Amino acid sequence: MKRHLGFRNRSFSFQVKSKTVLMIGLLALLVVLACIAGPSLGNKLLSPWEVVKTIIGHSTGGNEFIIMTSRLPRTLASLLVGAALGVAGLILQGIVRNPLAAPDVIGVTGGASVAAVAFLTFLAGSVSMEWMPVAAIAGALIISVFIYMLSWSNGITPMRLILIGIGMAAVMSALTTFMIVLSSSVTASQAYLWLTGSVYGASWEDVMMMALLVFLLIPLAFIFSRSLNAQQLGDEVAVGMGVQVQRDRFILLAICVILTGSAVAAVGAIGFVGLIAPHIARTLVSQTYGSLVIASSLTGALLLFTADLTARTIFYPVDIPAGVFTAGVGAPFFLYLLLKNRNQF
Amino acid sequence: MTQLSSIKNRQFLMLIVFIVLFSVAFLASIVFGQTPITFQEALSSFVNYDESSTEHIIIQADRLPRAIIGSIIGASLAVAGTLMQALTKNPLASPSVFGINHGAIFFVVIGVLFFSVTSLIQLTALAFVGAAIAALIVYVLGAIGRNGLTPVKIVLAGAAISALFQSYTQALLVLNETGLQDVLFWLAGSISGRTLDMLIPVLPFIGTAIVSAMLMGKSINLLATGDDIAKGMGQNVAIVKGLMGVIVVILAGSSVAVVGAVGFIGLVIPHVARFFAGNDYRWIIPFSGLLGAVLLLISDVLARFLIMPQEVPIGVMTALVGGPFFVYIARKGVSKL
Repeated sequence: MKRHLGFRNRSFSFQVKSKTVLMIGLLALLVVLACIAGPSLGNKLLSPWEVVKTIIGHSTGGNEFIIMTSRLPRTLASLLVGAALGVAGLILQGIVRNPLAAPDVIGVTGGASVAAVAFLTFLAGSVSMEWMPVAAIAGALIISVFIYMLSWSNGITPMRLILIGIGMAAVMSALTTFMIVLSSSVTASQAYLWLTGSVYGASWEDVMMMALLVFLLIPLAFIFSRSLNAQQLGDEVAVGMGVQVQRDRFILLAICVILTGSAVAAVGAIGFVGLIAPHIARTLVSQTYGSLVIASSLTGALLLFTADLTARTIFYPVDIPAGVFTAGVGAPFFLYLLLKNRNQF
Repeated sequence: MTQLSSIKNRQFLMLIVFIVLFSVAFLASIVFGQTPITFQEALSSFVNYDESSTEHIIIQADRLPRAIIGSIIGASLAVAGTLMQALTKNPLASPSVFGINHGAIFFVVIGVLFFSVTSLIQLTALAFVGAAIAALIVYVLGAIGRNGLTPVKIVLAGAAISALFQSYTQALLVLNETGLQDVLFWLAGSISGRTLDMLIPVLPFIGTAIVSAMLMGKSINLLATGDDIAKGMGQNVAIVKGLMGVIVVILAGSSVAVVGAVGFIGLVIPHVARFFAGNDYRWIIPFSGLLGAVLLLISDVLARFLIMPQEVPIGVMTALVGGPFFVYIARKGVSKL
């Protein structure tokens, strides 16, 4: 097998390592398998064959309800949200050139949570629930701009951005708790789940919204991955290569924020997927951002899927929020990254 | 010489101002609330207690314990923060940033759920263990590496340790749904509904720790000049640092055991105290204690009024004040990074 696969025509060319293509193919296969495994695993085991038949519309048994209204949307939601978080994390790590950055670490997820809970508290009666993703995305956007401005002092240093982000994350979580106490419609334990993130009760509307955004924005991120490659060499070099650094950075950040906000609207504040997925992707495929975007979306999807599957099966009948699992695994991984990069800080 | 004594006079004056401030805050905490109470009534509830008066019962059973707990815990948290910042020479160090709150909570929750621990002494001991483990991990993680204890490493390690313990606590609570509601309010931090019975078992620890901290003022001053100089002056740096660590764990651990996770007081107050006291820890520590009590009392009074008739958990109030302050310090104090 050739080490590289190439493609070249007048306006466009690229070259990828064969190993990368193989890995991405493998990951994609796993995601497809997850689509079948998710609905068949659970308290009541269903045969994969029955699942496939039900999905394509030839239901045979009485399990259509379990598959179509409960397990399938939940599986798809976890895959799509995971993909969104994986790419959001990759973009953020690429932009701030720091392996420890992630939307939940620096408070973007927190901003989305505050907006979503505020929406539930103040507007749920008068405005249709369809607008909640818009609120969450707006919250993520506002807080990102705020963090960016606060971190600005003759330019942005990644360290200051992360420190200030962590401070803002604390304020956001306090605000969310405040709003929860304020509202009588959301009970404390429900709201607590919201803060951790759980795929429990994901609906087809959530799946549709996530699918729309994921299939729109991840290709867009792929297109701008060339700019991320150039940015890794430093802003001056990137400008010298003809990259419009500020414009591209803005677009990439917007993609990251929208993906994060919609993920929060769908399943709540699930942490650490955006941190881990890109690191796993980096060990599997080559280091160019084009392949990393695709690989991160797939690893993110598989990560959240596995977390949710474990969360709903191992302790059955208790449904542990998937966010508990991602944090339980993600936090030690974060400490490991800190240890590995100890001389950089 | 006259200059020196004038500094001393000024600080003495500040001390008196802070004591007055504290008294006012304490009084406000007794008088203001959902049931407004006049000063006279408050006074008479102490002089001749009338069992048939609702106001008297409210004062003696609710407001007074609350004010006392608020003052003592506020002081403990602030002194703990002061020592942590001196120990790590780091402007962002404090119990909540170090993950101490969530470490202590995790151990307490384990004790309650699996070993049916109910005695307050045992719960407090568990909180100490959790606080010590979290603090140690964050300190070690922060200290390794070429650049030593940098603010960024400590904050990142603290955030990760907090997230870790928080997620484990949450998993335990979801698996054992009983009592989730009670624990939730405690997790957010609250000084309402706490009785003095909860404070009394930890009071000897807190008292000893705060007095020792004040007695160590001179040694901490020497330590602040740098490890090498302190060693050169004949100080046993390891012992001083170890003692400071023990005091921090006792103060932060007992605070969590009594009121739950109340963050940011230990971060904010030391900066305010240093602003007034200069670099002399013999003054910074008592100032911190008084101001910490004042901040917690005032936050608590505000927490009663903000969304009446409900109350905001005090931990939320302090985070809303302290978070922006954290950002301010991060901008100002860490600009060299």
